[in-house]
Amino acid sequence: MNDIKVTKELIEAHGLTEEEYERIIKILGRELSYTELGIFTVMWSEHCSYKSSKVHLKRFSTESPWVIQGPGENAGVVDIGDGLAAVFKMESHNHPSFIEPYQGAATGVGGILRDIFTMGARPVASLNSLRFGLLEKARHKYLFNGVVSGIAGYGNCIGVPTVGGEIYFNDTYNGNILVNVFNIGIAKKDRIFKGKASGIGNPVIYVGSKTGRDGIHGASLLASHEFDEKSEEMRPTVQVGDPFTEKLLLEACLELMDKDLIVGIQDMGAAGLTSSTSEMAGRAGTGIEIELSLVPTREAGMTPYELMLSESQERMLIVAKKGKEKEVEDIFKKWDLEAVVIGKVTKDGILRVKDRGAIVAEIPAKALSEEGPAYNRPMKRPDYQDEIQRLDLSKILLPGDYNDVLLRILGSPTIASKEWVYEQYDHMVRTNTVILPGSDAGVIRVKGTDKALAITVNCNSRYCFLDTFLGGALTVAEAARNIVCSGGKPLAITDCLNFGNPEKPEVMWQFSEAIDGIREACSKLKTPVVSGNVSFYNETTDKGIYPTPIIGMTGIIDDVKKTMTQWFKREGDMIVLLGKNEEDLGGSEYLYIIHGLEKGSPPSLDLNREVMIQQVCLQAIKQGLINSAHDCSEGGLAVALTECCISGKESIGAEIDIEGEGIRTDALLFGESASRILVSVKENNLEDLRRMAEAKDVPISVIGKVWGDRLKIQLTVHGSRFTAIDLKIRDLEDQWRGSIRRYVGDV
Amino acid sequence: MFGIVIFPGSNCDHDCYHVLKHVFHQDVEFVWHKEENIDKRFRVIILPGGFSYGDYLRTGAIARFSPVMKAVERFAKDGGIVLGICNGFQILLEAGLLPGVMIRNKNIKFICKDIYVRVEKTDTPFTKECKTGQTLRLPIAHAEGNYYADPDTLKSLEKNKQIVFRYTTKDGEITEEANPNGAKDNIAGICNREGNIIGMMPHPERCSEAILGNEDGRFIFKSLIKTIIF
Repeated sequence: MNDIKVTKELIEAHGLTEEEYERIIKILGRELSYTELGIFTVMWSEHCSYKSSKVHLKRFSTESPWVIQGPGENAGVVDIGDGLAAVFKMESHNHPSFIEPYQGAATGVGGILRDIFTMGARPVASLNSLRFGLLEKARHKYLFNGVVSGIAGYGNCIGVPTVGGEIYFNDTYNGNILVNVFNIGIAKKDRIFKGKASGIGNPVIYVGSKTGRDGIHGASLLASHEFDEKSEEMRPTVQVGDPFTEKLLLEACLELMDKDLIVGIQDMGAAGLTSSTSEMAGRAGTGIEIELSLVPTREAGMTPYELMLSESQERMLIVAKKGKEKEVEDIFKKWDLEAVVIGKVTKDGILRVKDRGAIVAEIPAKALSEEGPAYNRPMKRPDYQDEIQRLDLSKILLPGDYNDVLLRILGSPTIASKEWVYEQYDHMVRTNTVILPGSDAGVIRVKGTDKALAITVNCNSRYCFLDTFLGGALTVAEAARNIVCSGGKPLAITDCLNFGNPEKPEVMWQFSEAIDGIREACSKLKTPVVSGNVSFYNETTDKGIYPTPIIGMTGIIDDVKKTMTQWFKREGDMIVLLGKNEEDLGGSEYLYIIHGLEKGSPPSLDLNREVMIQQVCLQAIKQGLINSAHDCSEGGLAVALTECCISGKESIGAEIDIEGEGIRTDALLFGESASRILVSVKENNLEDLRRMAEAKDVPISVIGKVWGDRLKIQLTVHGSRFTAIDLKIRDLEDQWRGSIRRYVGDV
Repeated sequence: MFGIVIFPGSNCDHDCYHVLKHVFHQDVEFVWHKEENIDKRFRVIILPGGFSYGDYLRTGAIARFSPVMKAVERFAKDGGIVLGICNGFQILLEAGLLPGVMIRNKNIKFICKDIYVRVEKTDTPFTKECKTGQTLRLPIAHAEGNYYADPDTLKSLEKNKQIVFRYTTKDGEITEEANPNGAKDNIAGICNREGNIIGMMPHPERCSEAILGNEDGRFIFKSLIKTIIF
């Protein structure tokens, strides 16, 4: 092992702690080589080893009768009947996207797609969850534009529809944007492939793009550290995406998996060759020996260190059945791709890396993939927590003009229509998109069956900042409500947990609280966690983001004809509220936009009531009683009603009359009480719906009817009735639909 | 029998197959881009949408050199029917089987949404089930759909009645707002003089089933099926 000498400075520059270094020496029983230092560094990085999060993630419930594969593989798998399974996962690509928005976002999409088709599933739909600073800032306009183009560029080319998502804009993301991408695929239930290197002597085959010097230390240095003023210099650690090659790789892999040729397959994602070899061997309890001179490269003179750490995209590692090498090669050749045998599975449990015959690394595979450090880091409730939860409503003046308030909220980019974004995504390719973007959840039919899948991503990070436990629970509850409003039964979740620096006790406390909040809601809603990702170090010059645990949820719709959308459809339908309005202004979009405040406690959540409301809504959809269903969330009742009026193909008005019950007018209109669903129903179905709700103790009230070309909201507060909102539907629509276009200057 | 060509990077190939096979119950097979001959069994060849060769050089610019394109040319010369959808249209232009070129959309962005086209010509194998002047609601999904041709070519397209679809309002009016990508004369689809090769930017295969909320694409497939049956 004749290469660069490993010095104390070098170890420090790699981000390994002294303790970690000593542990390595103990494992190896000797000093380590430069290549080995690189290998340990990436595998023991926060990004790959989950060293700060592991102890907490264990608390998630990951099992239920319909779960086929929980966390630990490339993606989670749930049974959807008809011999089929849904395979899904969400991943972050935050750090690269902040450095280079187009390629960062594009390769994020590429990475999650590989996680799905590695399992033997054909990817059928993507979602994304994005966070930026305010669009008033030129830099965030640029990042927003770049990220959207990157997602479009990759997803459109490979031909997997992007059917929905969510975007929030807040100052907390000024120094760290979030780019989380979700993908779901469909596989035959008995043909799920795993990342296992089993069968001693089986050939290890490298397929896909050639290896270059891009992305070295993407996982370790870029994704596992905070940003500072010099982060721009990290641009070379961002990979470059090639969706065309990935499309070929996708088709070739699916063709390969249709035949009985391989025993395991894994994406070469973060930490490239290093992670794929050590994880595949680690899972199977075997070893792998590879010869680096056989690895296809796109530049000359790459060192073993560079080859092992490169994160060049569109590559896969396959363990084939012995004797099937030629057949594997032929399939890849058909798709103009390389497939090269670079090594074999061994029985000694060692990852052995050779360069022209000389050993450059020799490490127990499990030490890298499974026996990395695990920290139970100190936790502390932030000192500011009490202060941010304090909200004195008596100091907040009621606005004079509610029409103006509604228009301002509708025009804020977080609330406004994301049409400008999703029109850049091909959301129809594969002809499965039953509900186009813009409703509560995306709905994808499952060809060859009567079923459909409902998928959604969401998180309100302001809630999570103000009360992380409650915020986590509210996030899961809203995801489930979105699924239910589309006619789906929630099945399981994936998560992408975006937090600041875990070495800070306050951040670790937030992380732990979020886990507990998510866990509690998941257990009540019966949605286990089947896959996920943690992104720490979302900090710039010591300033961390709001805790942002994004939840991706999948639900099943048994009869594709019984899907539901959020918009009103028929003049004369009655508008009904399931759930109850409370005086919940804490953490609301209204307080933020109109009063510049991010304070108070988020809306309280009664999970038992949440479950009941969801059951009533789903039952009403299944029985064909209702014509629309919309979750009432950010912006409150007034915004939800507006969306019901204007988000469909044809806009339509509504006349609303609400009894205030002693709640402040602004809270009634814009408060964000949880567990509320707005439905529209034909008058003669109203009694059936009422009986259904009352049987489950779900509050139900008729609040108006679908009518005309205006949104008119009349309130009765303290006995006096007055018109709070009266606006032309057309004006509401112009404001809501056109806002983002106006912000980005594309009008 | 319908044939659907798979180029490396085609991504609407399965969609076209699905519609013909499972919605219209037609005989349909894939044709690999390395094929040098089109079998006599085929009556219609579809060049599907997608990003052939990643569209890295120019849309359709590399795919036109695929061995199968020589065969498609001969197939059309012998009277075979060729439908190019989106990237397929772009390939037909690059191959010189239809006149003109595609340039980047006026707003520089990829656009995926439903638009309206007016059927300008109904005496083609692709539109015989439509009425002249009928509008269809069809989805588009492209970044390079801005059709361009020099004034003489446009004039001859007009004169020879080769313009099959134009972007219009729902009521069939030709306006600038109804033109999503800046195409010359709102052109959304054209055919050759003989009328057996057509290229269109909208995707009829994406709107031929009730469950997808739009069935206007059926007019195109019904026309083709009628043509090959009789």
